[in-house]
Amino acid sequence: MRRVISAVAAAAALALAVSACGSDDSPKSAAPATSAAPADVTGTVTWWDTSDATNEGPAFKELIADFEAKYPKIKVSYVNVPFGEAQNKFQTAAQAGSGAPDVIRAEVGWVAQFASLGYLAPLDGTPAVDNADDFLPGPASAGKYDGKTYAVPQVTDTLGLLYNKELLAKAGHNEPPKTFDELKQTALDVKSKTGVDGLTLNVDSYFLLPFIYGEGGDLLDIDSKKITVSSAQAVAGVQKVMDLISSSAAPKPTIKDSYVAAETAFKEGKTAMIFNGPWSMSDNLGGKVFKDKPDNLGVAPVPAGSVKAAGPTGGHTYAVYAGSGNLDASYLFVQYMDSAESQAKLAGKLGLLPTRASAYSLPDASGSPVVATWKSVMETAVSRPWIPEQGQLFQPLVEGYQDLVSGKESDVQKVMDGVAQKYQGLLKGWSL
Amino acid sequence: MAAQAVDGTVAGGGPARDQAALHRRPGGQGPVRRFIGRHWYAWALTAPVVIVTLVLVGYPLVRGVYLSLTDATEANVGRTIGMNVIPSTYEFVGLKNYTAALADPEFLATLGWTVLWTAVCVTLHYGLGLGLAILLNRPLRFRSFYRVLLVLPWAVPAFVSAFIWRYIFSAKYGVLNAMLNAAGLPAVAWLDDPAVAKISVIVVNVWLGVPFMMLAVLGGLQAIPGELYEAASMDGATPWQRFRYITLPGLRPVASTVVLLGTIWTFNQFAVIFLVTGGGPGTSTQILVTNAYRLAFTGIRDYAGSATWGLLILLILSAMTVIYRRALRRTGEAW
Repeated sequence: MRRVISAVAAAAALALAVSACGSDDSPKSAAPATSAAPADVTGTVTWWDTSDATNEGPAFKELIADFEAKYPKIKVSYVNVPFGEAQNKFQTAAQAGSGAPDVIRAEVGWVAQFASLGYLAPLDGTPAVDNADDFLPGPASAGKYDGKTYAVPQVTDTLGLLYNKELLAKAGHNEPPKTFDELKQTALDVKSKTGVDGLTLNVDSYFLLPFIYGEGGDLLDIDSKKITVSSAQAVAGVQKVMDLISSSAAPKPTIKDSYVAAETAFKEGKTAMIFNGPWSMSDNLGGKVFKDKPDNLGVAPVPAGSVKAAGPTGGHTYAVYAGSGNLDASYLFVQYMDSAESQAKLAGKLGLLPTRASAYSLPDASGSPVVATWKSVMETAVSRPWIPEQGQLFQPLVEGYQDLVSGKESDVQKVMDGVAQKYQGLLKGWSL
Repeated sequence: MAAQAVDGTVAGGGPARDQAALHRRPGGQGPVRRFIGRHWYAWALTAPVVIVTLVLVGYPLVRGVYLSLTDATEANVGRTIGMNVIPSTYEFVGLKNYTAALADPEFLATLGWTVLWTAVCVTLHYGLGLGLAILLNRPLRFRSFYRVLLVLPWAVPAFVSAFIWRYIFSAKYGVLNAMLNAAGLPAVAWLDDPAVAKISVIVVNVWLGVPFMMLAVLGGLQAIPGELYEAASMDGATPWQRFRYITLPGLRPVASTVVLLGTIWTFNQFAVIFLVTGGGPGTSTQILVTNAYRLAFTGIRDYAGSATWGLLILLILSAMTVIYRRALRRTGEAW
């Protein structure tokens, strides 16, 4: 799950301009017969990639070039759409029936929503679902809705604790903190012994989840259709965060452009620890304090609360637009892009974690230090509720979180009750 | 003119033709027919505009009214996409959306802030615009240079300005806080504190809106005959009296229009709020129009809910316009 909304916001204008010009240029001819042999399939596949255009885009473009070499009759039109806008843009285009891409890199939380709205083509029995047993069950489950497969996982990720080894060592800690209490102590020690901030928080729902999970809470209980965001456990998790801020273990976080502020502070050596995911590795390693000393960057699982250590499962998938005029070419494109070999290549180049078990043993992936580091962190990842309303759960939560951090509200229980009430408006038939 | 000419020819046709027309269609839509017959030329000329307006304004408006009376969302409006067929299952729910919106404390809180935001912004727009216009209306060295400089904020697209201001206000890496720190002052949470964020967005909008007011008022000032000032000076009027009894009344035709326009624009100033604070922290700077957007564009889109908010905004602005015009007419404004 990429949380680079703030970072890409500045590019919004540009992207809008691009979207205005980049209208649907794929011919909407009738789909060729499904029985066509792969080599005979023709057409143009428009792919909306939501990855970081500078750091990650080139690696995807290389894969596309290989695909076009293998299938000379299929053209791929690569469009990079900033992650923060892709969901909305796709909904608008898909519903209007024009301007939507044939294939989209959909975040795991979007799939159920798109599928429930009828925007995605079911992939079971098509070439797009290739060797399905090879997929890791966690990431694969995000692509399923109502018993059908609507997306195949491209990459999986979760949150971990990223730390600056030198700063922690200066504060007398050779090991990263394992619990929330250790996290607080370590952060306080860093502050008092080195003068820089110990921990910088990012005010975002996704980044709040490890604290809620750690205390045994969750946003929803799927099995009993119960809203649990205001349960004692979830409130305890949020209270842990507020305690980190009020005890000055973490400075009062920036609310606007929070992700970028935390990321910048970490890269510049102004803070010793942040929460972030594998997608940020290439960004971090380009920063001032890690550029010449990549070993200085430590990665550990998120610290544990009183119940467990757990981060949210994130990642991205390939999904095919139901209204595509080039379904067969799209299926082949997805099949190629999501093969074990392609996944291993991306893992080697970008450190993206494969979703195929077999990809991990291929040399490109097994040789990647980033993959090796994050593979153990992935063991703490817990599944999120893959329901159509998933995409709406974060907005009320982040607004409540912001109210608490800005000081507008001080009663955590009251804020979380408010969030739960909003959830009741979104989820018909769920109980509190 | 055209209508009059047409009128003339029809009248010239004499009563005989009218009689014939009546005979041909006994009991038919006489007056309507005559009305169209008399003005067909005018209608034909305005038809393109009328049709375009109906398509671009009328249809969406009617559709919006209809949607606001249903429970339509992105999930229950029927459509067919490729192999997927979604049936239409939304229903007519009457005024339920309106009663729900009006009973929602969020709506009232947002409305309160929207009104305050509009009042403060328009007052500052007009006040500062008037002051600058008076300064620039005097003979002054480099006057045209200053005018260009002051109009610049208006020439820059609003979203560009909004992004620049966001960087200026940025808490840790912003220009403003860097300057405060350099001067030994503590940093201010420009966009992260509910009260300060409100002031910040007002500052941005005032900066954006003053040039337009200044230009409009400058035009108004130049239309006031100089003899009035000369005559007043002869009679011994002080500068304040000249301002109070010549400048202000002289500006009224311009002022009444631009204040009304400014109010409507500011009430619906989407770009500044959305791009500078995104409505945050929490929902503290959310105005009605950004909140309607939030309803329409997060997750599964709520067509009915956002249409309701949109129509409530329209009703509020229409009511305000009517009251404003009445007030102007009462004070003798020919408008």
